[in-house]
Amino acid sequence: MKYTDEYRDPVTARRLIDKITARATRPIQIMEFCGGHTHAIMRYGIRQTLAPHVRMLSGPGCPVCVTADTDIDYAIALAHLPSVTVATFGDMLRVPGTRASLQQAKADGADVRMVYSALDALEMARQNPARSVVMLGIGFETTAPTIAASLVQAREMGLRNYYVHCMHKLTPPAMRAILDAGEVRVDAVLGPGHVTAITGWRAWEFLPRDYHISCAVSGFEPLDILQAVYLLVDAVETGEAQVANPYARGVDADGNKVAQQLMEQVFQVTAAAWRGMGEIPASGLGLRPEFAAHDARLAFDVPLPEAAPTPQHRACRCGDVLRGVIEPSECPLFGKACTPARPVGPCMVSGEGSCAAHYRYGGTLDG
Amino acid sequence: MCLAIPLRVQRIDGALAEVELGGVTKTVSLVLTPDAKEGDYVLVHTGFAISVLDEQEAQETLALFAELEEASRAVEEQAESDEGQAPEA
Repeated sequence: MKYTDEYRDPVTARRLIDKITARATRPIQIMEFCGGHTHAIMRYGIRQTLAPHVRMLSGPGCPVCVTADTDIDYAIALAHLPSVTVATFGDMLRVPGTRASLQQAKADGADVRMVYSALDALEMARQNPARSVVMLGIGFETTAPTIAASLVQAREMGLRNYYVHCMHKLTPPAMRAILDAGEVRVDAVLGPGHVTAITGWRAWEFLPRDYHISCAVSGFEPLDILQAVYLLVDAVETGEAQVANPYARGVDADGNKVAQQLMEQVFQVTAAAWRGMGEIPASGLGLRPEFAAHDARLAFDVPLPEAAPTPQHRACRCGDVLRGVIEPSECPLFGKACTPARPVGPCMVSGEGSCAAHYRYGGTLDG
Repeated sequence: MCLAIPLRVQRIDGALAEVELGGVTKTVSLVLTPDAKEGDYVLVHTGFAISVLDEQEAQETLALFAELEEASRAVEEQAESDEGQAPEA
């Protein structure tokens, strides 16, 4: 496949690995923000190959994983309303709320549908005027414009039965929160390629400016990642913090202006609750008053069930995993009480979750 | 969640485009990339093209990899020839 296969060449990968390990004079810690990167890094064995010269740390870039469990409780409560259909991307289905997942709710008779795109949910609303279709708006800057586009289209079509439960989150504030907390040493950041396709790489200029940390925006093929890691190691060694963009085929300085304008038209920045990180100011998106008629939170007054975490949930350390503070294997539940087949925490559920990646592709660096 | 794959735009009809993925034709929205043309490769995320891939930039990255390979080979050949010339003990 074009733009994919040519970035997987094993000989070039070996050359890049040699360059990286030769350049690093001390162990360098690089946080990959994005869960897609975590999976690629594990899948291609990059993490093990680069250790101990470079230690890759997983960040909070898995939208499903950072969704607050009470937001899932709310979605479940909505889905149990007699005239409501909840539409969601597939990876949300199995994420546990405080008591159940959307999949369990569906088994109990709630109307939960998996969609590939927000436009599928829009079409569902058009075809079922007697039902209220609530699209779960999750995701970072990559996904938010697609939900915004669906809302603008719903308004243009006069569709009054299409709603969004808006849980979108912004990536730079979360990166700031991790650095400000200082729980983990981050020498450099592997920038999320598809978030940055929307925001533009200038969105990461605060890293060198405010934290003296370099960022390299990376694609998702092994050579993309290795090239970006080399640039980061080189920047750490020279002591010159900067933003590099080796993913220039898909990302530029200013990003996708059309997508940014759509987000601006539909959303306003709000505080948001991140699982494992608590509330982060100005890190989420809510609907603007102009789109209030499509805001699920305003349309449906649903009481939330009382949260009652089980002992297993209390032992789950997804929050620490999401902040890069511990490796998944350091959680007492990992691979025992918590597996992809019977996940306790969201990091084991999602295709982008760090625990799922570690479970699937295996291995701790120590043994 | 932020997964996006590069697909070739085959046909454009208004704000929609046909792309091909593994032999299957899919329809995606070009609302976020109105400048995309037939023949362009776009990054597709949840049914929307979010970026038009820049062929020239892609070629430059690949050229960089080719240069690296050439330089590494040259170093290896030099090392081998040095080894060959080393006086025997």
